Amino acid sequence: MNAQNPSAVQKPQAAMIADCDIHPIWNKPKDLYPYLSRRWQEHIETFGLSHRHGWQTGTPYPKGNASGYRNDAWPEDGGKPGSDFNLLKRDLLDANNIELGILNATGANGQGFQNLECAAAYCTAVNDWLIEEWTAKDPRLKASIIVSYEDAPAAVAEIERRAGDERFAQVMLLSRTAEPLGRRRYWPIYEAAERHGLPIGIHAFGFGGYPITGGGWPSYYIEEMVGHSPACQALLTSLIVEGVFARFPKLRVVLIEAGFAWLPALGWRLDKLWKTLKAETPALTRKPSEYIRDHIWITSQPMEEPQPREQLLDTMDWIGWDRLLFATDYPHWDYDDPAHSLALRISDENRRNFFRNNAREVYGR
Amino acid sequence: MSLIPPSLIPPGAIDCDVHPAVPDLRALFPYLNNHWRDQVVQRGMGDLETISYPPNAPLSARSDWRPASGKPASSVAQMREHILDPWQIRTAILNPLYGVHLLFSEDMAAAFTSALNDWVRHEWLDRDERLRASIVVPLQNVDMAVAEIERCASDRRFVQVLVMALGETPLGRRHFWPIYAAAARHGLPLGIHPGSSYRHPVTPTGWPSYFTEDYAAQSLALQNQLTSLITEGVFQKFPDLTVVLLESGFTWLPGYLWRLTKFWRGLRLEVPWVNVSPTELVRERVRFTLQPLDAPPTAADLEALLRHVDSDKMLLFSSDYPHWQFDGDEAIPAGLPAQSLQRILVDNPMDTYPRLGEP
Amino acid sequence: MSRHVVSSVDDFPPGTRRLITVKGRPIVVFNIEGEYFALLNRCPHQQASLFHGTLTGLVASSEPGCYKFEREGEILRCPWHGWEFDIRTGQSYCDPSKIQAKSYKIEIEDGASVVKGPYIAETFSIVVEENYVVLEL
Repeated sequence: MNAQNPSAVQKPQAAMIADCDIHPIWNKPKDLYPYLSRRWQEHIETFGLSHRHGWQTGTPYPKGNASGYRNDAWPEDGGKPGSDFNLLKRDLLDANNIELGILNATGANGQGFQNLECAAAYCTAVNDWLIEEWTAKDPRLKASIIVSYEDAPAAVAEIERRAGDERFAQVMLLSRTAEPLGRRRYWPIYEAAERHGLPIGIHAFGFGGYPITGGGWPSYYIEEMVGHSPACQALLTSLIVEGVFARFPKLRVVLIEAGFAWLPALGWRLDKLWKTLKAETPALTRKPSEYIRDHIWITSQPMEEPQPREQLLDTMDWIGWDRLLFATDYPHWDYDDPAHSLALRISDENRRNFFRNNAREVYGR
Repeated sequence: MSLIPPSLIPPGAIDCDVHPAVPDLRALFPYLNNHWRDQVVQRGMGDLETISYPPNAPLSARSDWRPASGKPASSVAQMREHILDPWQIRTAILNPLYGVHLLFSEDMAAAFTSALNDWVRHEWLDRDERLRASIVVPLQNVDMAVAEIERCASDRRFVQVLVMALGETPLGRRHFWPIYAAAARHGLPLGIHPGSSYRHPVTPTGWPSYFTEDYAAQSLALQNQLTSLITEGVFQKFPDLTVVLLESGFTWLPGYLWRLTKFWRGLRLEVPWVNVSPTELVRERVRFTLQPLDAPPTAADLEALLRHVDSDKMLLFSSDYPHWQFDGDEAIPAGLPAQSLQRILVDNPMDTYPRLGEP
Repeated sequence: MSRHVVSSVDDFPPGTRRLITVKGRPIVVFNIEGEYFALLNRCPHQQASLFHGTLTGLVASSEPGCYKFEREGEILRCPWHGWEFDIRTGQSYCDPSKIQAKSYKIEIEDGASVVKGPYIAETFSIVVEENYVVLEL
């Protein structure tokens, strides 16, 4: 970039870190055509993508910034933020000393498409694209396997296709599914992930067809954004009370991009309810908070910002410093900067675990 | 700071959330006209019990508060025996949860809701002067809801307008505003209670399998409703309106406000009327009943959490009778600072419900 | 305190912005319809580059449903989290008393006085007939 368009990078991050939520994106569906059969190319040209929402392109609520991106992440070639490997390498990986970056290809990625065959083909194409365009270019990058979770057999087939490939680090689902994620239709996915030692990453967002609140569609994007945390609380409740962790004792779940400050209070509420209502869910042999403690990892972004900021440390203590994973969410607008988003006095050990070691351990990459 | 152990309820407390049960639909007959009585009979309508509180679920009534026959909390005598007399309650606020909010016909909903309010007035308020009540309103039709407030508000023993946490559209939406205007005009806070009209699944990811999930989701619903009321500008439009979130804990509040306030800073251009931070708005205008507390495991954790809340004006004592939230008389959890107790038991309820101060 | 020549006025037209370094500090200078404003190029929140921010207006409102787009071009929105800053004062909208982008004084000086000094302008040759954008730091 020249003097009129200087780099957005301010101050490099000193220590090596792991970034557990990076969003690469293709510029247009055509970019995925090399990985799609002629039949699906023609289908997409003719009928478009079958989201569980009403727009041909874009998302139900207009965001606060253009398409929800950092304004300083647009490539000069006019492509989308997150589409240019070299820019991402310079502004994110190199600038922040990232040694492990988890690629979560959200966007219209096939997950949740109503046309299940198209969904499966599209997810496979995205995974091929992730290998070809991203992980092949930089060994620091590992991808999440995109699976068409509403069609468990297809999702399992995709897991089987990728599981031996070290360039993939986890299986990715989205939070807003057609049914709560603890329901049995999704269990084959957990079974396959557990069998292959892959964590299940559940990224906030997606479109399951239902309003983001159980009381109807809100008016504003800010409501949807705030609502992703209750949505994740509902899906985690489902995973626990349906007995998913009792059934799959080695399953590890990473909750991504829904913040984290809500997690302790949900555990307290579920523990209290379990005491009263455990007759309903005999598969649960332990307190819900114990399943959370053993099976849940959670990414930090968008990090809650109390005033005073130190109060966040109470919350992080309650969750456990071995379960929190740092994430930037680059190139999205609610990006957390590794050098500045947690400007608090933290022990060196906790800092290392939060910024790096926990991720290396859970992903084994 | 001196912390109190879990303890008996001191005499003179104001209990802001108790639930009288309608014995069965026919109990409303004296308050329905001949048309609606006939409809109930001819069409074979059953009791309006909802799945929000399965009658025999342990949460729905404490075992020592279950009568030998009939529904728990279905008579003033039961309530007197279980809580009003032994705890020397000064005032208890009745929040009926009968399923009138599930009805689809606007006319039927309005008729049955009016009957419910009249039943409360005659069968409860007239029988014990310690009792006050919320006006249940038929959200199925806003005009009818306003008319119901106007019809009941002249009876000063009604101290609040009551709606359920989950309906057809979020509560901040403007079509509901005449209800808030009427509430504010009459000095009635808006109480929002767990419960759903089940127009949508209770979770944003569809219908859950278990009652446990439904009840857990109610506190999420209140979080979403709070977001709606704040972002739609209800607190700006109605500067005299107080909102009370009932029976859904409050330990989720700090994390929720940190997230909402963070997003407000970057997205407030979408809702420019929200010209103070949501954290401040909630501290000034929103109140929470005590039970269920959903407390952290230790008193020290609760103390930390109360520091995060940073206000001793927001909590209102409640027993949630007859729901099973605590055993014995231990409605006051360990970890509440002793100097806040008087506020929670008496002062905050008095400040929240102006009609409680009337002779 | 010293005075630094940023540019000649002719080289720094309205509607443009520039990133400079003064005493090791990154500073973004804006020309908004002939008025110059300078801010430290670090958002006080997470230090995003304000050079990459969006100049917009202030959406004000007297009540729900009312939108008044005021002070067009005088509000700088951070490129990351969208916090809004008054370009004239650096004050944030969300918490004006506590959160501010650091702002610097900018003046236009004629070439004759710049030549007299004391000004720091290593990279310029000053022409007496021209006017200069000068930052005080």
